[in-house]
This record gives sequence, structure tokens and C-alpha cells, in this order.
Amino acid sequence: MVDRQLTYVQAIADGLVQAMEDPRVLLMGEGVDNITGIYGTILPSFKRFGPQRVIDTPLSENGLTGIAIGAAMDGLRPVLFHQRNDFMLLTMDQLVNNAAKFRYISAGVHKVPLTVVSFIARKPGEGAQHSQSLQSLFAHIPGLKVVMPATPYDAKGLLLSAIADDDPVIVLYHRALFEQKDHVPEELYEIPLGQARVAWVGSDITIVAVSAVLQNALEVAEQLENEVSVEVIDLCSIRPLDSRVILESVAKTRRLIVADTGWRSFGVSAEVIALVCENLYLDRKPQRIALPEVPAPATPYLLKNYHPSTEQIIEEVRAMMA
Amino acid sequence: MTEELLSQFYREMLRIRLAEEKLIELWHANEIRSLMHLSTGQEAVAVGVCQALAEEDLIVSTHRCHAHYLAKGGSLKKMYAELAGKVGGCSRGKGGSMHLFEPSAGVFLSLPIVAGSIPIAVGTAFSAQLKGIRRVTVAFFGDGAVEEGVFWESLNFSQVHHLPVIFVCENNLYATHSHIIKRQPNDQIASRLSGYGVYAETVDGNDVESVYEMTLKMIGRSLSGQGPSFLEAKTYRLKEHWGPGEDWHLGYRWEAEGDMWRKKCPLLRLSDRLGGALINQKNFALMTEQINAEIAEAVDFAKSSPEPEEKELYQW
Repeated sequence: MVDRQLTYVQAIADGLVQAMEDPRVLLMGEGVDNITGIYGTILPSFKRFGPQRVIDTPLSENGLTGIAIGAAMDGLRPVLFHQRNDFMLLTMDQLVNNAAKFRYISAGVHKVPLTVVSFIARKPGEGAQHSQSLQSLFAHIPGLKVVMPATPYDAKGLLLSAIADDDPVIVLYHRALFEQKDHVPEELYEIPLGQARVAWVGSDITIVAVSAVLQNALEVAEQLENEVSVEVIDLCSIRPLDSRVILESVAKTRRLIVADTGWRSFGVSAEVIALVCENLYLDRKPQRIALPEVPAPATPYLLKNYHPSTEQIIEEVRAMMA
Repeated sequence: MTEELLSQFYREMLRIRLAEEKLIELWHANEIRSLMHLSTGQEAVAVGVCQALAEEDLIVSTHRCHAHYLAKGGSLKKMYAELAGKVGGCSRGKGGSMHLFEPSAGVFLSLPIVAGSIPIAVGTAFSAQLKGIRRVTVAFFGDGAVEEGVFWESLNFSQVHHLPVIFVCENNLYATHSHIIKRQPNDQIASRLSGYGVYAETVDGNDVESVYEMTLKMIGRSLSGQGPSFLEAKTYRLKEHWGPGEDWHLGYRWEAEGDMWRKKCPLLRLSDRLGGALINQKNFALMTEQINAEIAEAVDFAKSSPEPEEKELYQW
């Protein structure tokens, strides 16, 4: 096998160019034809397929979502880009009222093969409206699928699955992962939606990790290798949630930490813990590691303990193993 | 305009009027399992526009979609069954009265979030353009929709891309119970579009011939690559916002205003204009008889259609 190392960003770009081989696929978003547009993920597609199928759009997030829904229902496979997931709040009417509902309320006649791609950020200085991680808002809605690729391999594979799927799928990438490198096969491959992955095998404690926090969880597993046998699960898909992989792991370890990029209350971590507690008895009280219940401040001085860190997870693992 | 065509317009409007009168009866007989927004008084917009369209052209509609659905060729049987919540309905009861659709007739969808269906219409026009299909899409909506941002987003995009879409605004003066003058700077909506360069015209929405002729002109523009158009059709809702009755007692409008519009009823207008020459007693009786037979058959269909089984809750 040829080792083909690509960064997370290159893997997205690679997947898009391959997806565009299907003439039904079009890419739409603000600045998609620009060298800096969507972090350079679109430029290779634009150069190859041109402005008719890679469409620079007005700043009309809700309207464009409806336009993409209409095109999707009419047989195309639009991929709609938002530079930041914060902007997706402007699209909620079309996503929640329309995209999520049409298959069900048409008794299966309508299909909405729409993919929405967006990005989460957490750098200091980005501030309250550029650092949110809104997966649980979207995942609350029956009819929407939400995936959060945490590796370059998944960045391509989950994207291709999302585009091939007949339902609306939201793909949330994380900018903290942009420089990650991984083997990314050249061929077109899909990773099933709704499938979690055991990223590190262990037996004492399960850490379910979301998106960029996977890196922290893997560091924890490695650093504590001689102390605790940690099992790390990369959730990959938020909805549908892979209950089988989660329950199998926790049935073995009987200890659970969920580490999320979003807020603590009413979020993914709460959902995973509820799922486990409804099905299993644990040896220790499960814990969630997530954002504190305040918006993200801009200043780095207040961000020190804002996002989940490797140290924070280590502390929690040790407390649970004590 | 040929007498045959005018007779067809009349027949289509009468079909909608009588179909809705039957719905009122069914409502009082407790046979309806859905909200119900009647189109009574506004039939000429639906018929004038849809008669100008080809079968492959698409429409999208709103919560007040009965007239549009029927005028574009939707099945009365499926509509009645849908409102009765039965599996014979166009979405097996899952959508209800505000989501009527019939893909085979080009009734793409209907939905009740004000202006929410407009960008979807634009999306189908966009895909037609990309696929090289010669087709127009009509978005029906009310005067309240132009107060929504997504209307302007849709208009802007369709003009930038010269899309084959016709925005048909049924200006019936009221958004639920609020008069347009409390909501907008004036009641002349089309006059506000010139800055976008979109071709915009206002017609008497109770005059089916004017609606038809203007729609034909707009279709011609769209199909020759001149992009979108906006048609403001002035009309009036004679029934309450939703439900089977009238609502003069609510005090937001006066029956004197209603009486004025009753005199402008699109069916009366057309039959007056024809001076009874075409729609003579005999023709009218035959027309009514045929429509009533279709209605009776549709009522039987809806009544005998099974209720969905509980397992359907989780299907689709």
C-alpha cells in the first residue's frame, strides 16, 4: 500500500474533487472560488470544475439553504459550505423546518440529499460568535444526520458518505485538526454514517471523545499507558449515535468519561451518559468534560480552563480510578 | 382569448369553490383531521397562473394551498383523504392540509412557514438551469412573505443567476389579522422591487384573464433567459384565516369591505363579463354536475380510505 500522507484540509479537498466526478454534485458557499475560501478546501474543485458547479454565493445563509434543498429535491446533490458553524444559526428554519421534515411528511416521496459542511474553531481571540460548537443543536432534530470527523481519513470518508446519502447530513470539521496528518487512500471510499470507532483499545475506563478532543483523549491513553488501560472511542457520528460500540466498551470497562467540544448541559456528553445509564450499571459515576456554561471569551487569559484539555482528562481518569 | 379557454377558467375556479364548500360541510360533520385554510375568493390567482403553466412546470405553495394544488392538477381524492388523515392522502396523513403536494402534476410542495417555500422554488429553478431543462417554477405566497428576509434573499439570488422563477404574491391585505398598512410602508408591493431589476407587475387578482395573460408574459421572459418576474395579484380572503367560517366578528376588518370584494368575486366577474353567453344555464348545470360527481367520488374515497396503522409513525 502506498503511504499517502495528507493533512485534514487536504483530505477534505481530495474528497470534494472525487465527489464532483458525479455531475449531480455542486459546491455552494460564500467565497468558495477564492484561494482563501473555506480554508482552501474548495480551490482544487473550482480549478477542475469551474464556476458553474462551484458557486460563489451571496451572504444569504437561510435562503441558500432553501435553494440547496430545492435543488437537492430536484435531483442534484448540493454541498453547502459555511466558514463557521456559528453562521448556521441563520439557516435553522430551512434545516429544521424543511430539510429535516420533507422525507417524513411526504411519506418517503421526497428526498433531500443535501450536505452542509461547516467548521468549528477554538483559537484565542475568536470570541463568542466564532468559537461555538453547535453539534447538539443540530443532533436534536429527527431527520438530520450530524458527523464530526476527527482524522484526515474520516474527513474524506465521512464527507463522501454524507454526499452519497439521500438525507440531509451536517459535516462539522474542527479547525484545531487542520494540520493533522494521516494516510488517506487515493480511491473513493465511504465510512458508514452512525458508526463510532475504537481509537485506542483498553480495559479499565472508556473515554468517548468528540471531534478535536479525540487528540486529547489519545494523549491521555498514551501518557497513562503504564498506569491505567484507557479505551478511547472516537464518536465520528453524533446522529445517528452508535450505541453498540459505546455500550460494548462500557460493558467491559464499567467506567465512563465523555469529552465534548460543546457545552456541558443538554449536549452530546449528556446524551451519551444517558444512553449508557439506561442500559448498564457502572462502577463509578460517569463524568462529562465539556465547556463551562458561558460563551467563549476572546481573551486568552480567560480561556485557560475553557476548552477540554489533556490535563483535565488525566485528572478525571485518576479520580475515577482511585 | 377563446370562449373555450374562458370556459375552462370558469370550470377550474368553480371546481375549487365547490370543493372547498364541501370541505366546510365535512368540517361540520367532524370528518376533517387537519387545520384548513380556505382559498375562497382567491381562486382566480391560482387558476390564472396555473392555466398558463405547462404540465412540467412546478409550483410551490403555502398553508393556503388548496386552490394552487387543485389548479395545477392535484388529485381531489388525495386532498380530501389527506385532510381526513387517511392513508389515501397525498402524504398518507403525515403532512395535513398545509403540505399538499403532487409531484406528477408539478405541485412540488406546500409549507406553512411564511416565505419558507420561496427559496425552495428558486432551488428548483436553479437546478433546471444547471440541468438545461426548459421549465419555470412559480412560488405562491402572501403579502406577509415580503416582510421576511428569506424572500429578499431568494429574489436577489434568482436575479443574479437569471433563474426561471415567477414570484406570485397574493396580496389579500391581511397577514392573519393584521392589515398591510400596519406592516408595510404602503400596499403597493410590486413598486418596491425596481431596485433589483426584477420585472414586476401588479394585476387585479380577481380577474382571471389578467392573471393569465401576465403570467404568460412572465413565463415567456423566463424561458428566453430574462430571469425572474414578480407578479402582485390583488385579491381578498373571504373566509376566516383558518377554519370553515367567516370572521367579521373579530373586528380587524369589516363586513362592508367583504361585501365590496364579494361583488368582485372572480367567478361572478367572469360570468358577468361573458354576459351569460357562454356560461348559460345549461352549460353551468352540466359543469356543476360533473364537478359534484368528482367531489362525491373524492368524499367516498376519503371516507373509505383506511386510517394509518400505528407502525406508520416510525416509517419514513
